[in-house]
Amino acid sequence: MSQLVPNSPLEASAEHDPDSKTMFGFWVYIMTDCVLFASLFATYAVLHNNTFGGPSGNELFSLPFVLAETLILLTSSFTCGLAMLAARKRSEAQVIFWFIVTAVLGLAFLSLELKEFTHLVHEGNSWQRSGFLSAFFTLVGTHGLHISVGLMWMGVLITQVVRRGLPKATVRRLALLSLFWHFLDIVWIFIFTIVYLMGALRV
Amino acid sequence: MLGKLNLHALLHGPIVAGAQISILLGSLAVIGLLFYFKRWKWLWKEWLTSVDPKKIGVMYIIAALLMLLRGASDAGMMRAQQALSSGSSHGFLASDHFQQILTAHGTIMIFFVAMGLMFGILNLVVPQQIGGRDVAFPFMNSVSFWLFIAGLVLINCSLLIGEIGATGWLAYPPLSELSYSPGVGVDYWIWALQIAGIGSLLSGINFLVTIIKMRCKGMTLMKMPVFLWSVVGAMMLVIFAFPILTATLAMLSLDRTLGMHFFTSDFGGNPMMYVNLIWAWGHPEVYILILPAFGIFSEIVPTFSQKRLFGYTSMVWAIAAITFLSFTVWLHHFFTMGAGANVNAFFGIMTMVIAVPTGVKVFNWLFTMYRGRIHLTTPMLWFLGFVVTFTLGGVTGVLMSVPAIDFQVHNSLFLVAHFHTMIVGGVVFGYFAGLTYWFPKIFGFKLNERLGRYAFWCWFVGFLLAFVPLYILGLMGATRRLDHYDASMGWQGLFIVAGVGVAVIGLGIGFQVLQLLVSIKQRKSNLDTTGDPWNGRTLEWATSSPPPFYNFAILPEVTERDAFWAMKHDKTPAAKPHYQPIRMPKNTGAGVFVGGFACLFGFSFIWHIWWGAVVGLVGVIVTLIVRLQSDDTEYTVSVAEIEKIEAARPHKGYA
Repeated sequence: MSQLVPNSPLEASAEHDPDSKTMFGFWVYIMTDCVLFASLFATYAVLHNNTFGGPSGNELFSLPFVLAETLILLTSSFTCGLAMLAARKRSEAQVIFWFIVTAVLGLAFLSLELKEFTHLVHEGNSWQRSGFLSAFFTLVGTHGLHISVGLMWMGVLITQVVRRGLPKATVRRLALLSLFWHFLDIVWIFIFTIVYLMGALRV
Repeated sequence: MLGKLNLHALLHGPIVAGAQISILLGSLAVIGLLFYFKRWKWLWKEWLTSVDPKKIGVMYIIAALLMLLRGASDAGMMRAQQALSSGSSHGFLASDHFQQILTAHGTIMIFFVAMGLMFGILNLVVPQQIGGRDVAFPFMNSVSFWLFIAGLVLINCSLLIGEIGATGWLAYPPLSELSYSPGVGVDYWIWALQIAGIGSLLSGINFLVTIIKMRCKGMTLMKMPVFLWSVVGAMMLVIFAFPILTATLAMLSLDRTLGMHFFTSDFGGNPMMYVNLIWAWGHPEVYILILPAFGIFSEIVPTFSQKRLFGYTSMVWAIAAITFLSFTVWLHHFFTMGAGANVNAFFGIMTMVIAVPTGVKVFNWLFTMYRGRIHLTTPMLWFLGFVVTFTLGGVTGVLMSVPAIDFQVHNSLFLVAHFHTMIVGGVVFGYFAGLTYWFPKIFGFKLNERLGRYAFWCWFVGFLLAFVPLYILGLMGATRRLDHYDASMGWQGLFIVAGVGVAVIGLGIGFQVLQLLVSIKQRKSNLDTTGDPWNGRTLEWATSSPPPFYNFAILPEVTERDAFWAMKHDKTPAAKPHYQPIRMPKNTGAGVFVGGFACLFGFSFIWHIWWGAVVGLVGVIVTLIVRLQSDDTEYTVSVAEIEKIEAARPHKGYA
């Protein structure tokens, strides 16, 4: 009957192209992670005024501190991009260097976040204090957990590059990691805006 | 050392002890037989570590059918209790035990029977129907399955050690919070679903990518069989809905373990947020189950009417519409929450709207049958039964979509009857039809028709006997989850009828077991030597029954919608096949280890055995890191080997 449609983007050609399958699959995974964060954001939106007599966002958040966190994370996304450019040029040394920079920035972000958390708990404003704080710790903490997973993944891949160089499969894994890392950056922008900015400004 | 775990967790009276002993004896018998026949190595090499979707599918289905037996005996106990426990008699179940059985029944039937059967059928059919050899991510498929098994083990562990929550299958807070359910029951529920749910999410990604990326040459989207479309719809729903479940269960668990206040009734928690979230997952979940059943019927009806499917395009759009609309109706599960008249009106209207594409599908199937050459085989009987029950359920559903009426029947047995009509009369009938239809493809012989018909009629009649009385009882004011009622209500007669109905369904299940045994025994006389026992239309029938592990020696090319039908009627003589080496994934035990460690993690978390939880979590992570570092995951089947296998096959099919 009808002929094959040439160049149709959904034409089945992926049978022997793991890159295209894996990339698409990972995008779908990121979509699911988006929905996960959306659920937490929605819960935060519902609970953010339920302070139960405890402190609210604008009493707790220090915007300069959060700005520092944000800049560090955004920079790490930039260096991650540089690492991927190096991977495309098959330059092992540069890939390793930029991923280490990214990891250091990621660790710095994570330690700042932990510092904020311990500070809050120390002041008696833990997640047990109110529905608002439960939602805050969980939303921000889930992002932090993702960052930790990303860092672990980065460690594994850096050792892989050191040991094996940059074969195609490793470049593919690096591409997935960078996608993940940029995604976490975007989620953080939303956290920065909705949780911290709007919280501090009491919108 | 052992957290909250102690000997008291094992002792729960004679009924539970009976179940405990039978589970233990059953497991011991299986283990003993494996030793006796020296089958451990075979089991490990051929099945447990397999990444072949056909084998994973069979394992899913075996697990789901075993769980069906458990869920059905739970149902039997509840029906017996309600038939007996009127007036001065209090039946044989204590109130708390009854509520636990109710939770177990709902949870097991949805998560471990329906979901298990669905993913089983998908694994069996999707790769063959797209004219492919595998799913997109074979290892991930194995991980999904073993996470499903880990959840299944946990939910059954709750019967052996400890308890399950007395909270119903969705564990609404604040009842499911620590202050009202201090035991481990709700934690069992949370972690069984969390682990199995992550498996389902991974499967959702896997099958969507498989269908989008791996269809054979020429199979454009609008040439896909409708079953594949229904899977696309269902998997999109999995992808968008299951993360909500993951988040919701995580929040409930944080409330219970870290003392957070998401859904507590004090400290600024909001229990209604949970109800919203769980239904934002839960309503799409219903369609995740029913869409593949629609897809199955869309294959069965044309095949057994020997006619093209009526209204292919409208079928596809109906699936798309249902997929989208299923995210716009969740609030109809709690009109009584008090969201206000306008919100209720919106969700009521959307609920009525979603009935339209569903109706379109039913009419399309009926028009497919019109002037067709209908073969009344067992799958067709399931379909015809489905039309009756599904219409009944649809009508009562539209009735309840009117908020004013819903206020009258909310949480009554009318509602219970409605959703059982959809799930049993829709989902279960559909999957049974699919299992009967594709059984010869997987095992190489047909199921016994006569016993299949007996089973169908028992299920159908038993279903009506069991649930029509519940509709009436609901209108009379009987609410759900009653373990006792006053004799003056005059309900006992109808409850007894419902109990008889469940017994008749039990008889149907008995016939199904018998059907399986008899069919295996007489398989020589029911062999499918052609690969195409039903005169089918889609690609899975183009290969032999059972197919070789690579499905197709040469991947088919498609020019038309009913691809295999066209191939059969194409008179040009087939050219001598020119084989190419095939790359196939290697078996791996990593999936089993991931599942095992996840199970250990869940169990330890439930009992607050923190060292065990750490071991489980680290185990999962290390297994994954080791596995994902490996580049040695595939092997090549040489042309000589393919020629040898092809020469030995009884019938090579058309591809």
